[in-house]
Amino acid sequence: MARSSKTRQLLQALKSPKGAFSLVVIGLLLLAAAFAPLLAPFDPNRQDLMLAMMPPQLTGPHFLGTDHVGRDMMSRIIYGSRVSLLIAVAVVLFSGVVGVTLGVVSGYYGGRVDSAIQKFLEVVWAFPPLLLAISIVAFLGQGLGILIVALASQRWIPYCRLARAEALTLREREFVSAARSLGASDGRILRTHILPNLIQSALIVATFAMATAIIAESSLSFLGLGVPASTPTWGGMLSDARAYISTSWWMALFPGLCIFVTVLAINLLGDVLRTHLDPRLNRA
Amino acid sequence: MLGYTLRRVAGTVPVLFMVSLLIFALVQLAPGDPVDMLVSDEATEEVRLAIRSAWGLDQPIYVQYLTFVKNAVMGDFGQSFRYREPVMDLILERLPASLELAIYSTLVAVAIGLPLGVWAASRPNSLVDTLGSIGGFFGISLPNFWLGILLILLFAGTFNLLPSGGRETWGLNVERVTGFLTIDAIIAGRWDALWDALRHLTLPVIVLGTNMTGIIMQITRASVLENLQEDYVMTARAKGMSGRVVLWRHAFRNALIAVITIIGLEFGTLISGAIIVETVFAWPGIGYLLLQGISFRDFPLITGLVLVYTTLFVLINLAIDMIYTVVDPRIRLG
Repeated sequence: MARSSKTRQLLQALKSPKGAFSLVVIGLLLLAAAFAPLLAPFDPNRQDLMLAMMPPQLTGPHFLGTDHVGRDMMSRIIYGSRVSLLIAVAVVLFSGVVGVTLGVVSGYYGGRVDSAIQKFLEVVWAFPPLLLAISIVAFLGQGLGILIVALASQRWIPYCRLARAEALTLREREFVSAARSLGASDGRILRTHILPNLIQSALIVATFAMATAIIAESSLSFLGLGVPASTPTWGGMLSDARAYISTSWWMALFPGLCIFVTVLAINLLGDVLRTHLDPRLNRA
Repeated sequence: MLGYTLRRVAGTVPVLFMVSLLIFALVQLAPGDPVDMLVSDEATEEVRLAIRSAWGLDQPIYVQYLTFVKNAVMGDFGQSFRYREPVMDLILERLPASLELAIYSTLVAVAIGLPLGVWAASRPNSLVDTLGSIGGFFGISLPNFWLGILLILLFAGTFNLLPSGGRETWGLNVERVTGFLTIDAIIAGRWDALWDALRHLTLPVIVLGTNMTGIIMQITRASVLENLQEDYVMTARAKGMSGRVVLWRHAFRNALIAVITIIGLEFGTLISGAIIVETVFAWPGIGYLLLQGISFRDFPLITGLVLVYTTLFVLINLAIDMIYTVVDPRIRLG
């Protein structure tokens, strides 16, 4: 009963202006990413110097204008949503799995395993945010895989802390010792009793991690440290725009607006989820 | 207090040691031979071998690591591949520019965020509060490099009011004393140079400070609100103290602990933000130097900068810990 009323409340919250805005934006974004080849009016990489730096035109073929080598801005933005979402989802999943696993192991087993994992966490946390990611890309080179590892390099920590704290308290709870005395293995206890209790909180952490991952990815692309420059990304488009800022404002405006609106929508969704799923996290 | 301080300082040593090990491992994992970055493509095998032994690259890995740590502790990060100058000199030369930018950004963020946060907390759910909360969401969702580009577009481009980048107009020739241009200009009594430095600082400080302002405001609001609900506030009110005194002398002072913590944590964000902001505004600090180092694959320079940044970050967090043991003695005892 409690559960269904909670679900109802959440649905209600998602219908609020905040929730609705975020769901609509995220929905549109998913559509754009999924159907990019159908939606994009042009090939995002087709260059035509004759058409370079055309301003946006309401009725013409290049609705949002073209960039410095004549590529269609609209098409690049639509394709750019794919990279941003793909990387953000991969980073959030990867860091979530690593963080929750290490955290649960740390909290459940305690002792030496726990102190080793916590020591490692402390070292990784000692780096200023983004600097470790920048170093990883700087030394190991550019590529999709390395970028995902780099962006996940510190993002697993909040999950790890959460999972450890949760596992520590759950370990002592009666239903867990009951399961243990009935002969359940550690693996089974972790799977059936500890993980399900973590999911809601982890989901909230994941939503905010997604927002910061998109900003971090576009920052790295902007610095020229993201995926190879030929792939259209919002951050990479902004990096191109810098050199033409005095002549072509549209090159700087639209990709940044996409990042901003996307991240805003995800942050608002995270806020709605936090308020309704986990009042404990609400204080921060 | 002294014992606690010493324990905390000692605690940072193993962390920094592990940090150095992690960075060293990354350098080792880097693809390609560092010798390629030092010699031309036509170099003979003898030249390559000579370079290899001159840079100590022929030593076993652990020897290389120990040498690296020993030198790093002495502040020697080796020679930059590109500039052929000691990395430490390059860093020290540009550090004041970065510190000046970071300090002004923090001051501005505190000066705006703190009073706004208290104001919003004193009138929960009012217009100010709602606007503040919307502003907070905008602040954390706005990529700072985009904000920088937009400000350049508006204030340097369209209105032509402020410089689009750099730290000073060339040819002012103010004597360097502290490396902080605003302070050096005052020392020299050069008001034109002070004005010039402030004009150059304006846009980068806005960009770097915006995010922090939003976060300081939110944390201040939340923690003042929480304190306003405490019993001692009710007691103070019952004694007949005015609302303003209760707000500032009681709730605000107790809320400061949370605010100090967040300023410390945000300093890390400020460092990574500065790397991006310095690049956007061609600000000649260590963030800009790092990006140049990366584009030339200048490994000693990157390594040195990452170590300096991380050490700074660890030390600042340590200082913050020390500050709140002073503000709140309970932490020391606990």
